[in-house]
Amino acid sequence: MIWSPAAGSIALLTTGGWGSAMLVGLARSLTIALGAFGLGLLIGIAGALGKLSGGAVTRQALDLYTTIVRSVPELVLILVVYFAGADLINGVLTALGQAKIDFNGAIAGIVVLGVVQGAYSTEVIRGAILSVPRGQIEAAQAYGMSSWLALRRITLPAMLPFALPGLSNLWLIAMKDTALLAVLGFGELTQVTRQAAGTTKAYFTFFFAAGCMYLLATMISNLLSRRLEARATRGTAHV
Amino acid sequence: MSSALDATAREARAGTRRRWLDAGTLTPVIAAILFGTYAALQMRWDWLETYYPLLLRGLGMTVLLVVVTSSLGMLLAIPIGLVQVVGPKWLALPARAFCTVIRGTPLLLQLWLLYYGLGSLFPQFPWIRDSALWPILRQAWPYAFLGLTLSYAAYEGEVFRGAFKGVPKGQLDAAKAYGMSGLLMFRRIWLPQAFKRAMPTLAGETILQLKATPLVATITVIDVYSVAAQVRQQTYLTYEPLLLISAIYILMAVVITKVFARLSGQGRDNTAFSRS
Repeated sequence: MIWSPAAGSIALLTTGGWGSAMLVGLARSLTIALGAFGLGLLIGIAGALGKLSGGAVTRQALDLYTTIVRSVPELVLILVVYFAGADLINGVLTALGQAKIDFNGAIAGIVVLGVVQGAYSTEVIRGAILSVPRGQIEAAQAYGMSSWLALRRITLPAMLPFALPGLSNLWLIAMKDTALLAVLGFGELTQVTRQAAGTTKAYFTFFFAAGCMYLLATMISNLLSRRLEARATRGTAHV
Repeated sequence: MSSALDATAREARAGTRRRWLDAGTLTPVIAAILFGTYAALQMRWDWLETYYPLLLRGLGMTVLLVVVTSSLGMLLAIPIGLVQVVGPKWLALPARAFCTVIRGTPLLLQLWLLYYGLGSLFPQFPWIRDSALWPILRQAWPYAFLGLTLSYAAYEGEVFRGAFKGVPKGQLDAAKAYGMSGLLMFRRIWLPQAFKRAMPTLAGETILQLKATPLVATITVIDVYSVAAQVRQQTYLTYEPLLLISAIYILMAVVITKVFARLSGQGRDNTAFSRS
């Protein structure tokens, strides 16, 4: 390969279809990240409530889950969840007399990353719920609200300003962690980039272009989350 | 916020008591015993005999990566944080951009850009190929160490920016009033106080660094994860090697937490696992 100046790099990206393949990869990455973040949020809310008001066994089981996820590398976790998940689903399918399925695609990526995100979400939301003044929840109980209604109307909206910084950070992590799925082959941005780079031998150009895409996604996310935070904390004193 | 902090502190204290007095760790202990028995009886571990020298070598590489890149990254993080607070614009802007770029892109991509990208550019320059460094530059480990060091420097640089900024101005004014020179003030007042503020994040950041090390396996560096991947490919055992290294990583995370708790002299460090 000849060291190509900027014009040559742009030609590489625009012709040959690699540029558009990378955009498709980016869309796939963002879809997986969004799904994983959402799943993580659901696990996080359930996990935080379990940690705060569950029984001893629930609490300890959740402690085990968050501790393990937060000290084992994501790459290892992704492999374990992926293989175990595939074995579990195929085991169930075989037991039901169905044919095995190829456990692949965006759903698998979402589940695998969602389980990892869930552990971090649990801690963020748990901390945020603890920051809600106790009196607000007591007042809701005094009004005769059921615990579900109090959760929906008081606890969750009131904890949101405290949770937002942590959650926006988690969203950034979700986006970057989708790159790890390249190791398993999900056709997301990093894997497509590696294919493009390997085929054209223009490693620097393609990895650099992919870096710019990730960076742009991060910066736009930062902008949005700053707005969201400003909106969520309106009317409260800024520290 | 103070009530929230109180609540956390109370909870942490209650947590410590629960851990040692009640049957607090019962569920994890029972789970560990059951799982350990299952692993010992139902899983195959005979491959350990063949692979343990390689595993030890990989473990050594992982430890070396964490220790070296965290220390170097830390040394870089201090000036990166400092110039963003007091530096002239031509230093502050690049430092800021460095943090944004590194923190905004996946580490895996950075490693590949360094190893495959730079690695494919270097041979085109005869003066690099002819230099004495070329035999080293052709290997993978310099890129692994460089990538991880830069990553740590960027994340921790951001922390140090906040830490330097957070030292009360009165402290620096008092140092000036005592007639301290800029350097003396930095050494005696500013740096120690900023360091104290950054300390709680260091354990967590170092655990994140540990968790980032398996990525170097994708650029052919042999760490403990790559040995597990090799065992998986050669013996067709999926779970055994992954479970073994998971246990190793958890143990290493515990060691890191303990070391930093010792260093900061504050006993149990609850922030160790928080991700920044």
